[in-house]
Amino acid sequence: MIEVREIYKQFGQNKVLEGIDLKIETKGIFAILGPNGSGKTTLIKSILGMVIPDKGSIQIDGKAIKGEWNYRNNIDYLPQIANFPGNLSVQELINMIKDLRSNKKADDQRLIELFRLEPFLNKKLSNLSGGTKQKVNLVLTFMFDSPLIILDEPTTGLDPIAHIRLKQLINEEKAKGKTVLITSHIMSFVEEVSDQIVFILEGKIYFKGTIPELKSKTNESDFEHAIASILTASYA
Amino acid sequence: MLKILKYSFYDLIRSRWSYVYFLFYLLMGFVLLFLNNDLSKAVITLMNIIIVLVPLIGTIFGIMYYYNSKEFTELLLAQPIKRSSIFLGQYLGVALSLSMSLVIGLGIPFLVYGINTSVAIWDFGLLLVSGSMLTLIFTSLAFVIALKNENKIKGFGYAILLWLFMAVIYDGLFLMSLMFFEDYPLDKFSLIATLLNPVDLSRVLILLKLDISALLGYTGAVFQQFFGTSLGFFLSLFMLGVWFIVPTFIMQRIAMKKDF
Repeated sequence: MIEVREIYKQFGQNKVLEGIDLKIETKGIFAILGPNGSGKTTLIKSILGMVIPDKGSIQIDGKAIKGEWNYRNNIDYLPQIANFPGNLSVQELINMIKDLRSNKKADDQRLIELFRLEPFLNKKLSNLSGGTKQKVNLVLTFMFDSPLIILDEPTTGLDPIAHIRLKQLINEEKAKGKTVLITSHIMSFVEEVSDQIVFILEGKIYFKGTIPELKSKTNESDFEHAIASILTASYA
Repeated sequence: MLKILKYSFYDLIRSRWSYVYFLFYLLMGFVLLFLNNDLSKAVITLMNIIIVLVPLIGTIFGIMYYYNSKEFTELLLAQPIKRSSIFLGQYLGVALSLSMSLVIGLGIPFLVYGINTSVAIWDFGLLLVSGSMLTLIFTSLAFVIALKNENKIKGFGYAILLWLFMAVIYDGLFLMSLMFFEDYPLDKFSLIATLLNPVDLSRVLILLKLDISALLGYTGAVFQQFFGTSLGFFLSLFMLGVWFIVPTFIMQRIAMKKDF
């Protein structure tokens, strides 16, 4: 499905990715973890073609993505920062994104009801709170039925109910047989939803496997401590 | 690309600034036409305002639009759209909405004045064409600057400098060099120097059309002498086209390689 081969990326003097090799063949939920600035977002953006790697190649469904744009039809992406044109209303924005992907069926009504966004539909985007913007962001991401879903910090700013709904939503997508990539700093969330962990450290893949495997590797019984033990080992 | 263009355009024509810009031209058009009984004088005054103001507004709007819609551009980049379509669409959205303010804002007073029955319609049409060309040129230059500079303050600074250079400093340097090297033949130098600045170019273009040799100035006179009125006219129109195509091309090149 996704094959990342030996990618390197440097921003000025800052080396972010230093030879990432990652193969995701199976369906399920993959959590991409790592300390701040470890290159999680850069990796995701490379897969989306927003960041162009200095070296290496990325293939999706057996096709190299360099210079391509059609493959993004099969990806739903939730960006980290939700910021939209302020002059548009929520409904107009949703219609616009639907219009841009007019070849796909959009399931926006169900999601609008799920996140209780009806009262905001005619409000301008510049007047919404951070959490409400994130809900709009989630609607835009989940309304298309694509086989690959990439979520960059999906829980930011969500209230507890929306948080529970998000988890339901992710599990529904998993049940449909999709591949979901998630980055998050909330370990309880990661532990609850993910099937596999990809841990990035200093621009390389440090660990890839299931949560029990990670626990046994680090000799910790608790997931949060297992992650922390990798981090303290690397800081030392 | 047309979809992006459509949404940028809608977003912009609903912004307050587009109306301010439009009303400014409307007011200016009425005042100049109805308080001035000489039509070609009105056209010249308008020209003097347009060739300074249009580049300024084009650069500022272009750079502001790019920086303001940055996060949204990122959202678009994750959609199945070609990169070049996104930036070309946004750029044309800005340039066309600005040109529309200009054309309609000045067009209404001219229609009310009854220009469509007079011969001055061609002079006036040319004024609008070169105003729109300048909008296209300076908006694309602004997009190039914005794409090159992540830092907003720097981007704004360079954009203002570009405008100041093209609209004000360039002429000063040009005149100074003409005085300084007055002992040498300067025809070719001044010809080339004019071709290299879109602001000067549109001024010469309009003055050639108006055929007012007294106002042509040194460059205009050289231009007219060198090319004759019609060849000079088409050459300057062609150069304005080059000034629009080259930065648009550079913009696309930068956009293809940029990380977001």
